[in-house]
Amino acid sequence: MNSLKRVVIIGATSTIAEHTARQLVEKGASLYCIGRNPDKLQALLQDLKVRAGDNQRIDGCVADLLDVDRHDALIETAEQALGGMDAVLIAHGTLPDQQACQRDVALMRREVETNALSVISLLTLLGNRFEQQGAGVIAAIGSVAGNRGRQSNYVYGAAKGMVAIFLQGLRNRLAAHGVDVVTLKPGFVATPMTADFDRSGPLWAQPQDVARGIIKAMIHGRGETYLPGFWRWIMLVITHIPEPLFKRMTL
Amino acid sequence: MRAPQSWNRLPRVAPEKVLVLSQRSCALPSMAPRPLLPYGNGRSYGDVCLNDHGTLLVTRGLDRFIDFDPQTGLLRCEAGMTLAEVLALVVPQGWFLPSTPGTRQVTVGGAVANDVHGKNHHAVGSFGHHVRALELLRSDGEVITCGPGRADAWFAATVGGLGLTGLIRWVELQLMPIQTPWMWVESQRFANLEAFWPLNRRAEARWPYTVAWIDCLAKGKARGRGILLAGQHAPPQATPPSFKEGCKRVPIDPPLSLVNRLSLKVFNALYYRQPVKPQGGLSHYVPYFYPLDAIQDWNRIYGRRGFYQYQCVLPPEAAEAATAALLDTVARRGEGSFLAVLKTFGRKPSVGMLSFPRPGTTLALDFPNRGDKTLRLLDDLDAIVCEAGGALYPGKDARMPARLFQSGFPQWEAFSRFIDPAFSSRFWQRVTSGNE
Repeated sequence: MNSLKRVVIIGATSTIAEHTARQLVEKGASLYCIGRNPDKLQALLQDLKVRAGDNQRIDGCVADLLDVDRHDALIETAEQALGGMDAVLIAHGTLPDQQACQRDVALMRREVETNALSVISLLTLLGNRFEQQGAGVIAAIGSVAGNRGRQSNYVYGAAKGMVAIFLQGLRNRLAAHGVDVVTLKPGFVATPMTADFDRSGPLWAQPQDVARGIIKAMIHGRGETYLPGFWRWIMLVITHIPEPLFKRMTL
Repeated sequence: MRAPQSWNRLPRVAPEKVLVLSQRSCALPSMAPRPLLPYGNGRSYGDVCLNDHGTLLVTRGLDRFIDFDPQTGLLRCEAGMTLAEVLALVVPQGWFLPSTPGTRQVTVGGAVANDVHGKNHHAVGSFGHHVRALELLRSDGEVITCGPGRADAWFAATVGGLGLTGLIRWVELQLMPIQTPWMWVESQRFANLEAFWPLNRRAEARWPYTVAWIDCLAKGKARGRGILLAGQHAPPQATPPSFKEGCKRVPIDPPLSLVNRLSLKVFNALYYRQPVKPQGGLSHYVPYFYPLDAIQDWNRIYGRRGFYQYQCVLPPEAAEAATAALLDTVARRGEGSFLAVLKTFGRKPSVGMLSFPRPGTTLALDFPNRGDKTLRLLDDLDAIVCEAGGALYPGKDARMPARLFQSGFPQWEAFSRFIDPAFSSRFWQRVTSGNE
């Protein structure tokens, strides 16, 4: 069981991260929240401060995570603000326009920067810190899209897949040091990122429920967690469709 | 996304577009089909929250606290937050909503826009009386902060303004201190409507919260029989009872309404015979204020065709006779309502130009939708309300004729100057048509 008393959330203004933050605060955690948009971050911090008790610290800062050179200083600031780190949740990301990425190499690369390279840069630094400290949880939000490339969103899928494999390796490395590395794989979640989809089916989950699953997975140090859990079985089927057949399918 | 509905599932119309708002700092959409209309948590009955030719701005994502001072009880939060979310934060810190409707599932913005009221209207007024400030975003980008003593005209238009004056981004509320989450409740049976009035007058003088449930199928000498519930916030208890909130839900839409002549008769008779507590007893605030919140999706029991709510207010001088006439009409048709609720409003003038609460008696009824038959009954009830000089509650209406709205809300034309030119609703188009 991991303690989640001092948690750093990177990409904290995403809807899933925001609900996770609220629930962590309700459980008594102190938080350091990093987000890109100053208005969103301010609204988030105000809200969390109202929800928090007097002995909980709520702090944060604005940062562009594509600025990789700043990562180490960011982590340092966060750790000092909280007086240590029990856990980190990396939640930032975008949902690329696949069609646009097919036409525009620069855009495609930028999406990979955001969704994969900035994440594994942070993971590299965090991995070393947590290895030193010999305890704690590192969690990152991937996606079921990272399990198999599909024509409808393989730029996103490739980036999330890279993160998942990186996390797998990091988990393997840090297991001996008492550090849990958690890969979170949400399915369809009703957030602003997916506002343009038809969300009426039974596969759509609410961000509050996904947030609850994230916290549970972090507390128990689960390796790879599908949110909600039934996605494990859906993805098991999808990854086992033979490639000659899969390549003709439209998913 | 499934088209947002109103709680009584009538009328069934879909907007052109649904936009989910998630940040209070965002501008209103400039490209979306107009008119625009904010949609909170879909708890109003009828079409004040529907906009079939335009865009619904779903506000539930505006669910953040902005500031709360546990010393003074002043709370500022975004308008899409539900009263349940507010209570979860403030009750453990010794504060309560000074005015609350019968469900916690409404948004704060919706509570302002409908100027909702509670069982304590006679003591404290309605929701709008406790709003200290609010921020309005207009479609031209103008931001108006208004409240008592600050842009008063905008405040009077927006409280009870049915979401038409612009998007309410946040609301500042003065909460009320409580000592415990418990209520002290007394209930008393009364044999008929004649017995209700003196009993109610005495109860109102003594208790901050009063409401009566009426068996609207009872006829003759028993007409208007029911139970009067009076309550107040309880002082600290030596050994507080335990309370665990359960939640059941109605899992499916029954093909026919489960509320029918037979079930109504049985239910109303049993309800009247329930044990009353004339000496009083403790009740947790959740079942006391929000009995129906314990059954998720309870609106499904009326089946796919939905139901009509009918809530009127009758001026004091006409109230006794008109209430009797309304109950007679309902009982005669045997169309009875599941639970009829009777309450008298206090004399405090409402804040809003279109606020529903006003001195007099309010009667709330609901009827399963049986098409023309139900509509004819409601027309007959309209005639009684109109004759008495009363009004119907816009937040619970799906069918009132334009002239009844206009006679009940004489300030509607003055109000219409404050409507955002890009905003409208199906309700507003319906009750103002034929005048343009």
